Amino acid sequence: MLKIEIENFSLRYGDGTESLRNINMGIEANAVTVLFGPAGGGKSTLLRALNRLNDLTEVSSISGKILFDGQNVLDPATNVIELRRKIGIVFARPTPLPLTIYQNVSYGLELAGERSRARLDSAVEHALRQAELWEEVNDRLSDPANSLSGGQQQRLCLARSLALQPEVILLDEPTSALDPIATAKIETSLQELKKTYTILLAPHNTQQAARTADYAAFFLVGELVEYGTREQLFTYPKDKRTQDYIEGRFG
Amino acid sequence: MSEAQAVQRTKRFTSSGNNRRAEKTGFAFLTAVSILTVIPIVLIVVYIIIQGLPAISWTFLTQFPTQGMRAGGIWPTIVGTIYLTLGTAIFSVPLGIAAAVYLAEYATDNRWTRLIRIAIINLAGVPSVVYGLFGFGLFVIFLQFGTSILAASLTLSIMTLPVIISTTEEALRAVPQSFRVVSLSLGGTRWQTIRRVVLPEAVPGVLTGVILGLERAAGETAPILFTGAAFFLPQLPHSPFDATMALPYHIFVIATQVPGMPISIQYGTVFVLLVFVLGMNAIATVIRSRARARRQW
Repeated sequence: MLKIEIENFSLRYGDGTESLRNINMGIEANAVTVLFGPAGGGKSTLLRALNRLNDLTEVSSISGKILFDGQNVLDPATNVIELRRKIGIVFARPTPLPLTIYQNVSYGLELAGERSRARLDSAVEHALRQAELWEEVNDRLSDPANSLSGGQQQRLCLARSLALQPEVILLDEPTSALDPIATAKIETSLQELKKTYTILLAPHNTQQAARTADYAAFFLVGELVEYGTREQLFTYPKDKRTQDYIEGRFG
Repeated sequence: MSEAQAVQRTKRFTSSGNNRRAEKTGFAFLTAVSILTVIPIVLIVVYIIIQGLPAISWTFLTQFPTQGMRAGGIWPTIVGTIYLTLGTAIFSVPLGIAAAVYLAEYATDNRWTRLIRIAIINLAGVPSVVYGLFGFGLFVIFLQFGTSILAASLTLSIMTLPVIISTTEEALRAVPQSFRVVSLSLGGTRWQTIRRVVLPEAVPGVLTGVILGLERAAGETAPILFTGAAFFLPQLPHSPFDATMALPYHIFVIATQVPGMPISIQYGTVFVLLVFVLGMNAIATVIRSRARARRQW
């Protein structure tokens, strides 16, 4: 089942930098779809278009459709607040809010109007367990979030998105600032999380793409070069450029 | 390798004698200039402490002036300055912070916001006596507040606004953009983001700006001269529509308008105003350094 359908999507920034040209792709539900390719390919831009975080940047032109459960998220009438609750995002650098560990996770729910202490408590615990952080922090939930290590902070950011019980999780190079052990923890939890969520991941290198992907899409300077299952892309790439990139001839 | 050899070796990698002399001269010059800037403030403070401290007594701080202000205390002027400072805070703090939030968080860069910014910059450059006359025309005469705490506070508020707006805006802009993006990505509205994340982080900077602005208001004479300050009042003000005595204006009065004024009372009054203003300054410094120590981003 397709969770998201991107149709003829193009985007250009106000300063004429990174842009996307005529992207067509369907994102499978309950799978990890990986968007990979060299920097400047538009992966990040595409992720941020899905939950309209691009609204915060100067975008000069945008066209095409992004259908999320059949609804075009680019429609000006879209309730972006609701949309962002359904499509969560984890950024490249750990970005804990200047609050306690608990408050970081409960933040989104409290903004959504949840007042019940009991419900918040259980949602926080559940989200931290899903991000495999609960065991490490359950005795110090009221410590400041930036007292955690980088890897823990990143899992906290994941938990923070999960607490809202979204349908889709966008991960924009979530392990680029992490060591291999912390990276492995995140990658492992993805395999568990995809049972419940639809996951889009911009990995921070090709190996990570190959390790984690169910589906993979290769982006090169704003163009979707090739899209298919992991086997198709990493074993029998059709496009010469995909093959060259995977084999490390450029990038 | 002997020590002498080591020194020899090091020398070869450092600059030649000429360059070193230039460096030394420059360094000495800069040090001398920085010391020069400290001298006036040290002299002023030390001199006023030496001259003013002997006049300070419980009576001086808590009694009304007597014998045509040539004896007694300065209690009503202290109270008046506190009233004026609080009155100024009531108007200028909410307005200033609101304006800064608009400029830093909502306003896009267009002709309208550029106009606002230019207005604020120019407001900061207006001489204080002009504020006094403006306040006199607008608040005392046109709005019929009379010579009152209200009129003086409003006048001081307008004078203080640019300081509060620009320091608050700076404090808001210093909050990392990533906090805003994260909050919005979690389904926050702009206002929720500002209220829960941005403003709390900016509080120390905002408080510093507020205190620095109010401190200036507390020490000004010209803006209250026409709008709210009284030469002498036998009782404390009862309402915001009463005029009041105030420290800075009182200093002007006893220094120039009262013949046979004992010099010790003059210095004592100046000392109290200085303590009041520098005390506020110290609070601002403490808040700022505490916040800096706590900050972890």
